[in-house]
Amino acid sequence: MQARHPYKASQNFSTGKNSTAILAPSHKNPAVMLRRLIILLLPALGFLVSCQKETQVERANREGIFLTGNSAEPKSLDLQQVTGVPEGKIITSLFEGLVADDPENDDGTPPGAATSWEHNDDLTEWTFHLQPEGRWSDGVPVTADDFVFAYNRLLHPDFAGPYAEMLYFLKNAEEFNKGKITDFSQVGVKAIDDHTLFVKLREPVPFLPSLTRHYTWFPVPKHVILKFGKMQDRFTDWSVLPNMVGNGPFKLKTWRFHDVIEVERNTYYWDAKNVGLNGIRFFPIENPFTETRAFLSGQLHNIYTLPSDLIPAAKKEYPQYLHQEPYVGTVFVRLNTTRKGLDNEKVRNALSLALDRESICKYIMEGYTPTTSFVPKMGAYEPEPVLSFNPEKARALLAEAGYPDGKGFPRFSVLISKPDAKASIEAMQAMWRKHLNILVDIQIKDWGSFVTAQQNLDFDIAVGGWIGDYLDPTTFLNLWTKGNGNNNTGWSDPAYEALLSEAALTADAAKRLEILKRAELMVMKAQPIIPVSWYSRNYLLRPEVKGWHPLLLDNHPWKSIRLEK
Amino acid sequence: MSAVTAEKNNSLWSDARHRLMRNRAALISLIVLTVIIFCCLVLPLLGFLHDPNAQALPDKNLAPSGAHWFGTDNLGRDIFARVVYGGRISIAVGLITTLVSVTIGVCYGAISGYVSGRTDAIMMRIVDILYALPFLIIVILLGKTIEPATAKLTDTVVGWFTSADASVESINATRAWIEPITTLVPLFVAIGALSWLTVSRIVRAQVQGVAKQEFVEAARSLGLGNFRILFRHILPNTLGPIIVYTTLTIPSVMLFEATLSFLGMGVKPPYASWGNLINEGANLMLSNIWLLFFPTLLFSATLFALNFLGDGLRDALDPRSAKD
Amino acid sequence: MLANIFSRLLQGLLVLFVLFTVTFFLIKALPGGPFKSTERAIPEHIRAKIEAYYGLDKPTAVQYVIQLKNYIINQDLGTSLRLEGRQVSEIIGQAFPVSCMLGVVAMMVAIVIGIPLGVIAAWKKNSWMDYSAMAVAMIGICIPSFVVGPVLADQFGRRMSLLPAMGWDATHPTSWILPSITLGLATAAYLSRLTRAGMLDILNQDFTRTARAKGVDSFRLLVRHCLRGGLIPAVAFIGPAFAAIISGSVVIESIFAMPGLGLHFIKAIQVGDAPVILGIVLLYGLLIITANFITDLLGMWLNPRLRGNR
Repeated sequence: MQARHPYKASQNFSTGKNSTAILAPSHKNPAVMLRRLIILLLPALGFLVSCQKETQVERANREGIFLTGNSAEPKSLDLQQVTGVPEGKIITSLFEGLVADDPENDDGTPPGAATSWEHNDDLTEWTFHLQPEGRWSDGVPVTADDFVFAYNRLLHPDFAGPYAEMLYFLKNAEEFNKGKITDFSQVGVKAIDDHTLFVKLREPVPFLPSLTRHYTWFPVPKHVILKFGKMQDRFTDWSVLPNMVGNGPFKLKTWRFHDVIEVERNTYYWDAKNVGLNGIRFFPIENPFTETRAFLSGQLHNIYTLPSDLIPAAKKEYPQYLHQEPYVGTVFVRLNTTRKGLDNEKVRNALSLALDRESICKYIMEGYTPTTSFVPKMGAYEPEPVLSFNPEKARALLAEAGYPDGKGFPRFSVLISKPDAKASIEAMQAMWRKHLNILVDIQIKDWGSFVTAQQNLDFDIAVGGWIGDYLDPTTFLNLWTKGNGNNNTGWSDPAYEALLSEAALTADAAKRLEILKRAELMVMKAQPIIPVSWYSRNYLLRPEVKGWHPLLLDNHPWKSIRLEK
Repeated sequence: MSAVTAEKNNSLWSDARHRLMRNRAALISLIVLTVIIFCCLVLPLLGFLHDPNAQALPDKNLAPSGAHWFGTDNLGRDIFARVVYGGRISIAVGLITTLVSVTIGVCYGAISGYVSGRTDAIMMRIVDILYALPFLIIVILLGKTIEPATAKLTDTVVGWFTSADASVESINATRAWIEPITTLVPLFVAIGALSWLTVSRIVRAQVQGVAKQEFVEAARSLGLGNFRILFRHILPNTLGPIIVYTTLTIPSVMLFEATLSFLGMGVKPPYASWGNLINEGANLMLSNIWLLFFPTLLFSATLFALNFLGDGLRDALDPRSAKD
Repeated sequence: MLANIFSRLLQGLLVLFVLFTVTFFLIKALPGGPFKSTERAIPEHIRAKIEAYYGLDKPTAVQYVIQLKNYIINQDLGTSLRLEGRQVSEIIGQAFPVSCMLGVVAMMVAIVIGIPLGVIAAWKKNSWMDYSAMAVAMIGICIPSFVVGPVLADQFGRRMSLLPAMGWDATHPTSWILPSITLGLATAAYLSRLTRAGMLDILNQDFTRTARAKGVDSFRLLVRHCLRGGLIPAVAFIGPAFAAIISGSVVIESIFAMPGLGLHFIKAIQVGDAPVILGIVLLYGLLIITANFITDLLGMWLNPRLRGNR
């Protein structure tokens, strides 16, 4: 009876020897049972493993499906509600702009939704002739009206499109977006007939064809959007399965959050016979180390980023996969020029002069180029090389600013959001300590607080990066104008903005670039930001992927990609 | 009766020590732990280690050698020095947090289990609520509120150790020594104060079991106070599971520290703790295996030792186990 | 018994309400907001419009009442602010089965490994079998999952190309193996230690000797008499551990890029996506309450002395 109660009081101690003696081994002992269980389970495990006869990439090669890492779950696939690069990758498979991306050449302007276009002499009026065969993925023709509707929707104040400023090149677009005028017919876009689109710009824009390759300039299916709501409704069901309709080479097939987005051939696409893939699967893998492992395990054809710490290993062990290509982007740190200490131009220059960018790029951000200015070289634009490494001068400037030998220098924090950037910032931290006797903290924040802190100017120093949206220096230089949502340094200068406006009104291309160069020199002197390196795209790509060429903006047109079986 | 109990408790502890000394695994663990803790606390004082934060970029990712016993990391820093300095932080954080959480958890669980009935039900629903709270959000909030205070604490402590006319360089060096600890301790005391839930549930279950036993009823019939019965008679009978759980809490706290580093609230770069050294090592496994191997080795050895020692203590303290 | 269950239900509802309230105000206290955390800044005048659209410009107390009303009267979890326009119920509906299945498989791994190891270790106390069983168990505790995961993925994925290093496919059990083992290992370790401790408690007691004297053979003794009592600490652990496995699989989900709840939760916290945070927190809360309730029932069954308690 007592034995049924496990917690029988035992004031008299039993001995250890006795208890082992009771529990003498027997053939029914649980260890033996466990061993049997394992022996039974082993074949089952073997069966599971043998299921994977070919890797996922091999199967995808057979099926003509491209597997790609896409870094983040898209916020939405409504192209007018998103701003990010990961969304852009998917959207360019589902939609097509007036001008298509060229697979081999950044400056190439192959026909997209438009077959041809012409402009007036001062580059302010453009006419696009649309594909006569252009159709949405539900078979309805793509018309000029869809473009007008799209620009109207994105610019409508009630719609609150986050990236509407990309359309400010249109005449009166900014005024309409900010509610200063309410009549959309005054904005510089018009459908002359079903297949002719007329665009009037506020200034000469020689790079307009390149600009229309950005998804903010893409059309949206008016008939579908109006089926699910009003034009200016923010989120309706038009952009989810099964309603989503696009004019690109592919159409949406599957969408599972944080898992996969799959697109398949759009048979209504005007150039469907030249589309090389049967489908694409986008995997939103946030952790770059996971993505790399997945690639090396045969699960992906291509990854979004290779962490720079893994480049040496990839060079040694996987040279057949590694690609390192220039990319129009700059890594820099923002300085909060409203903070005491950082409000002094000499301090900012000293911080910049104490950075050994050569070493950072050689040993940490492998493949990246040390910056000599802010805007990366693009086309005919090459900025003056003004940045250098000069610790003596840095110390002298710091002393002049009132902090001899770093004495009394305030304690600043450097904000970063990605652990991937940590190594390079730690190197900068050590350089500032070594050359200037300055201690700075490193604060890793989650993305949300990281961005908020910068927008509220509630930071000292923050890591930043900017990728060009189109191939023109203004995509970089416009950042530092007063009121630009991405300035976040507290710095602005009317003289700088005057130079930018002057450049905008200059039709002569060479002269315009000269003026922009002068503007850039102003930023580099005042140094509200310290450029560190120019981006390089480091990624892994399977050799069976064909039709993929190095591109500065990294917009590889999906329709030209092919898989070798 | 009370005199008898006291006498028995004395013999319990001396017997326990005796039994512990005879347990070889526990003894070895004790030695290993002592050596590791000694290294982490004393080696940095001797001054022959490399500066754990000094970078030599051209010497990055070196294999172990005479100059760098554990090799160098991705910024050319000496891994041995970083592991030793990191151990200082991890051990401090693990011990402090565990102490706080186990103390609260044992008291709460014991009371809840002993009083039973409605009070117990309410106390356990409070635990349920706390359990179901998003721990991470609370910690993020806590971190934000505590941050200014820790900065001040650091300044104060640095002030104690430096003279007014010290050079900037020497002040910086002192800071690097003190800062990683002072920035973490307040946060981890707070985390300890939030993470006693599991202990309390385990203790409650144990106390409930023991409280039903005859000797407790006997003690009660002798008119002993509830407090005395609970803390002198019941709790010592539940020490085994508590100690086992304590030895399991220390590693989980060390791991939690690593997760926090990721969110920007653990130890701040360039300083290191075992947790974030291992985390980084796991990421960079492909390019430098030593970065993963040595911190994991030391971390695991410490935890192994802690666990075996905990087992040994449990056996030694268990009033029902062998008495020679 | 029925009254007991009924009162537990009421208590559970109260817990959920408190949980809802506390979480709601905690979220509001977090810095940032869903429309300040976009990759490129949204102009001020547009952001004001978006916030008005979602009622984020109203006083916190008003937002609280509206939210509560939506939950109770409309039974509507609302829409996500990060994945704008998507129903929270759809998000949870996609992610919960993944987390749940991962949790179940991992728990099975943990039980299959942990409990036998613990029993063997207690059975053969202080023998080489005890030490090796505990050493195996301790690997789970001593090596963090963010080492085990990448190492397993590296070995079986990159080197051997046997198992996928990423993703979760419900129809391909091969994709379950690595994440479940990684997640289950730590729990297995805890389980085995608790089982060992519990079993030792029982094995050291008088009644085992009594049973032996009655001539019960040792395996029957172990299974019939000791296992039941010896599992109490382990069972008390399984309930909360199961809830913790499901809610705490963020690291695993990140290492193996799995579409579970944990990732949604972390992302939602980072951008202050209140509807998603609330939905997931309430689900976790429900899960934990249920798990604890079942644990208590099991505990009563295993330990008859507790039966008269409530």
